[in-house]
Amino acid sequence: MMTSNSLVYLIALPLAGAVILLLSGRRSDKWGHLLATALSASSFFVGLYQLSLMLDRTNEERPITQKLFEWISVGTFKIDAGLLLDQLSICFVLLITGVGTLIHIYSISYMSHDPDRRRFFAFLNLFIASMLLLVLGDSYLNLYVGWEGVGLASYLLIGFWNQKPAYATASKKAFVMNRIGDMGLSFAIMIAFATMGTVSFTGVKAAAEQTSTAALTGIGIMLLVAATGKSAQFPLQAWLGDAMAGPTPVSALIHAATMVTAGVYLITRSNFIFDAAPTAQLLVVIVGAITLMFGALIGTAKDDIKKALAASTMSQIGYMILGAGLGPVGYAFAIMHLLTHGFFKAGMFLGAGSVMHGMNDEVNMRKYGALRKFMPITFITFGLGYLAILGVPPFAGFYSKDMIIETAFNAGGIKGIILGTVTLLGAGITAFYMTRVMILTFTGTSRWDEEAHPHESPWLMWLPMAILAVGSVTSGYLLSSGDALVNWLSPLFEDHGEHEELLSPIIVSTLALTMVAIGIAFAFIKYSLNEVDEVAPSDVSIFTKIARQDLMQDRFNEAVFMRPGQVLTEVLVKTDEVVIDGAVRGVGRAALGSGASLRGIQSGFVRSYAMLILIGAVALVAAIWVVVQ
Amino acid sequence: MMWLTLLMVLPLAGSVVIVSLPKANEKLTKQVALATTLIVMGVTIAMAVGFERDNVELQFVEKYAWIPSFGINYALGIDGLALVLILMSTILAPVVVLASWNEAHGGRWSVKTFYILILVLETMMIGVFAATDLFLFYVIFEAMLIPVYFLIGGYGTGERSAAAVKFLIYSLFGGLLMLASIIALYVMSGAQGGHTFDLAALSNLEMSSTTQNFLFLGFFIAFAIKAPLWPLHTWLPDAAESATPGTSVLLLGVLDKVGTFGMIRYCLSLFPEASKTFTPAILVLAVISIIYGAILAIGQRDLKRLIAFTSISHFGFITMGIFAMTSQSQSGATLYMFNHGFSTAALFLVGGWMISRRGSSTIADFGGLQRVTPVMAWMFFLAGMSSLALPGLSSFVSEFLVLVGTFTRYPIHAIIATFGIVLAALYILIPVQKALHGPTTPGNENLSDLNLREKIAIAPVIAIIVVLGFYPSPLLKVINPAASHVIAQFGFSDPEPNLNSGDK
Amino acid sequence: MNAANYLYLSALLFTIGAVGVVVRRNAIVVFMCVELMLNAANLSFVTFSRINGDLNGQVIAFFTMVVAACEVVVGLAIIVTIYRSRRSASVDDASLLKR
Repeated sequence: MMTSNSLVYLIALPLAGAVILLLSGRRSDKWGHLLATALSASSFFVGLYQLSLMLDRTNEERPITQKLFEWISVGTFKIDAGLLLDQLSICFVLLITGVGTLIHIYSISYMSHDPDRRRFFAFLNLFIASMLLLVLGDSYLNLYVGWEGVGLASYLLIGFWNQKPAYATASKKAFVMNRIGDMGLSFAIMIAFATMGTVSFTGVKAAAEQTSTAALTGIGIMLLVAATGKSAQFPLQAWLGDAMAGPTPVSALIHAATMVTAGVYLITRSNFIFDAAPTAQLLVVIVGAITLMFGALIGTAKDDIKKALAASTMSQIGYMILGAGLGPVGYAFAIMHLLTHGFFKAGMFLGAGSVMHGMNDEVNMRKYGALRKFMPITFITFGLGYLAILGVPPFAGFYSKDMIIETAFNAGGIKGIILGTVTLLGAGITAFYMTRVMILTFTGTSRWDEEAHPHESPWLMWLPMAILAVGSVTSGYLLSSGDALVNWLSPLFEDHGEHEELLSPIIVSTLALTMVAIGIAFAFIKYSLNEVDEVAPSDVSIFTKIARQDLMQDRFNEAVFMRPGQVLTEVLVKTDEVVIDGAVRGVGRAALGSGASLRGIQSGFVRSYAMLILIGAVALVAAIWVVVQ
Repeated sequence: MMWLTLLMVLPLAGSVVIVSLPKANEKLTKQVALATTLIVMGVTIAMAVGFERDNVELQFVEKYAWIPSFGINYALGIDGLALVLILMSTILAPVVVLASWNEAHGGRWSVKTFYILILVLETMMIGVFAATDLFLFYVIFEAMLIPVYFLIGGYGTGERSAAAVKFLIYSLFGGLLMLASIIALYVMSGAQGGHTFDLAALSNLEMSSTTQNFLFLGFFIAFAIKAPLWPLHTWLPDAAESATPGTSVLLLGVLDKVGTFGMIRYCLSLFPEASKTFTPAILVLAVISIIYGAILAIGQRDLKRLIAFTSISHFGFITMGIFAMTSQSQSGATLYMFNHGFSTAALFLVGGWMISRRGSSTIADFGGLQRVTPVMAWMFFLAGMSSLALPGLSSFVSEFLVLVGTFTRYPIHAIIATFGIVLAALYILIPVQKALHGPTTPGNENLSDLNLREKIAIAPVIAIIVVLGFYPSPLLKVINPAASHVIAQFGFSDPEPNLNSGDK
Repeated sequence: MNAANYLYLSALLFTIGAVGVVVRRNAIVVFMCVELMLNAANLSFVTFSRINGDLNGQVIAFFTMVVAACEVVVGLAIIVTIYRSRRSASVDDASLLKR
């Protein structure tokens, strides 16, 4: 594999930004955001430069590595701080730095009134650096560093306004749930090292063929656990909704476009493990299918625009995970959906931020309405993203989502039919709740609070939205024309030949579009033809109530983990005080007590002492007597 | 050149200078103490430069007859393990002196006495890691209790006398068990070629396995109390709660390491058979410590007690690494000792500053500090991240090495211990949220942020935490030969990767 | 001469002394009884010295006498001091050491 010594700049530039901004303190308040944006952009240009180099090379020579220094080396456990840039990671590098830079630009304006804007940009740069490390690391342990690094950045940014207790709690929840996933990654690394003696991607790939299926399944399941944590998949999905506490650009960048897709990256990157571990792969598919329905159902009941979009993100990542679980054919489609989703979802989140910006940070869609006239640019860019997520041709989602649905149907047998149906249903529900968001926000009658003065956002904000909207329109076509992405990525994945087709692409597209049309129609009837209440109606069916409560995910976690955990903690604290420390103090008290009772003998009367001495002497003599006799 | 003796004499000399200073001039006292510790640090670093890291034999060896009629020598010498710990102690000492500039004022005795105690303690900290004569080790091991006793009882807060006595009695109890074992070893050495306390000579003693088991327990219990291993830990939270932050740093950061250091240096090398016999039980205790310490930390309301319980969890990791007997776990455990010193130091020092400003150590009394005192809050956050072993910070490297190394031989233990990392997130983030986030609690509005002295004190600690997270190689290169030497002596080798293992 | 008789006498004297120490209250009397016990022991030593035909017992008896003399000096001084401060020579009154 070729080596390069310029890969490190991809990470070093934003990392330097974070360090400078954090260390310089208030001194850099004036120019900190500009520096951060410039560094993020320069990282993007380094990425473009690397892409241009890569295009010039043949398929086999495309991956390049860079060894920075020896990180950990103990016995056979040798980990270098090494970077690997191949066809897969370059996609991510460009997505992260590209969308990241746009969001930096957006935030300059969005956060302009925040006294801590410099810190915000420092964290954004920290995030970009960590995310790049995640996708560039050449071993699972290097990936792990980035993996937790983005977790930290996410924690800091969700809790950016942590003076509000609810926001602080949300950030903590995200971190802890992510840590559960991280534990899975730890296990995967441990099993890999114990069985294969290496944790680098190339090493594991080479060793995977000779490794027992049991070990590979173990690694695969643990990687899946890691992915569920980071990508908010079932059953570790509950943090994503709360994560919307962070500033909206954060939601767009971290909790829609990049960080939450890290799980998809991990699974695709580990394709050599999952290909050889069918059980793990099946679990991936199941998790993806459950989450895509789970998220979609939550999305139908959310009145908070950001939480509705978050539920949608969860559901869309469910598609990607499902795609990634469908083996060699699915990887490229999962990545394609990931990229297109990065464009349209980030664009919609920025649109939501723009709406909030104009509406005094109101997030309740029931207090919006008729914003189309006041925010035309936001409406158009959001609308293009909307069409893309629905999968309307020729927008981006059409290419990527239909491929996943098609792959699902073609998975073979009953599995294929179930998965295909689920993905189709998901597409319908997606159409329903996204149409609902559109109608409630942009059309109908205005239901604003009195002090709201909706207005279009400044150009610094709408420019990134516009660029992303262009991406939402074109990216699908560009990536799939001539199977561009599939061919680009194919050297990385095992080729398993052609699959039999259950349904032809045209039938799948027709089915999907029908489902979408039904979804739109339902939403139109319910929200456009009828009045929308300003307050969410309470006389709703039990299903709506459950959906509003995020399908009871928090209740479940509280009842099953939190409460028992709290009780256990309290019991143990008491036990420690009473039993263990009690035993220790008991020994002390026993010594004191026996002393106190023996003290009675010391009456102070000389004659009784003499008596005792006498008795003692006699007893001693008697004892000797007995012994001698 | 007598490096080690020089290291031990320097702090003593400093304390003699302080004795001769006028009592009224407290500032001069502090300056002399700081200068002394800085000189000691410099000498240690100079010594470390001359350390041959690939040489597994003891280095800088010194040996003089002390009490020849009993075969007692003044014998010093260090390997990579001891070097790392001495380095940690001597770097922490000036940090503690600088950080606890005003800690001595509320004490029962004078400021002068405080610094004399600290310097005397530093001498002993170096000696306890450098001693290679069992008698000398024991003397210093017990004598260390004296300055710490006075530091807790004389300068602490709350129920300081009770805590100091508890600490003393616990430690003495363990020490006496160890003394009994040492005497037994001495007597046996007399029957096998001449009375001696020399560690190397004693490692070759012939003993029946029953004898070995009993003697091992004598040593191990003493060390398990020091290192606090569940269920011998209850002195630590009380001591940490009552001691001043600076004392706590020395107590948890350095003194407790004597326990884990002793397990490697004495338990493993003197009683290899017994160590193998007891390994399963010890590993279970270590895993319990990890989880138990973490859960208890989550349940604490007092900041200092919370930090103490996190340390119990961390010492569980160290003990597990030592007895898992793979080169990764062993190196990881040693590195963990070093890293834990600094991450606990950071937590205690910053926590101590928060407490002294607020006048309370109850976590609920804080709130919103991030807006009031940003630098202090971020330092506490960083220290917390180091404690929960965030990748990129030093403790991650050591914790992961311990886990990976343990997993290759004892997968179940490693799996359970890994749950500790989730609990770690909780026990750090809960106090972070309560103390730093949320609205500013009434009474906290006017707290002052860190001053220059405090920033200078904490900066090297944070720097070490960050730098060693990304670049631990220099330290690992010193540790690895020593760690693999221990394992080789023990007759173990790393488990080979087993491609066909059906584990999990 | 039957040496046993001396030993009987010695035992008798010792018992009288011991009982006196335990039952009498007056410090002077207690003191005298202690002296009696010491001298009973002396008598035994001298007797055994005769029986064995060497001087060890005699020497020890002299030692005892020296100790007894010292004891008298210190003991009487204490008794006198107690009497002066308490106007009583009863040993039961001087029980302050119990706490």
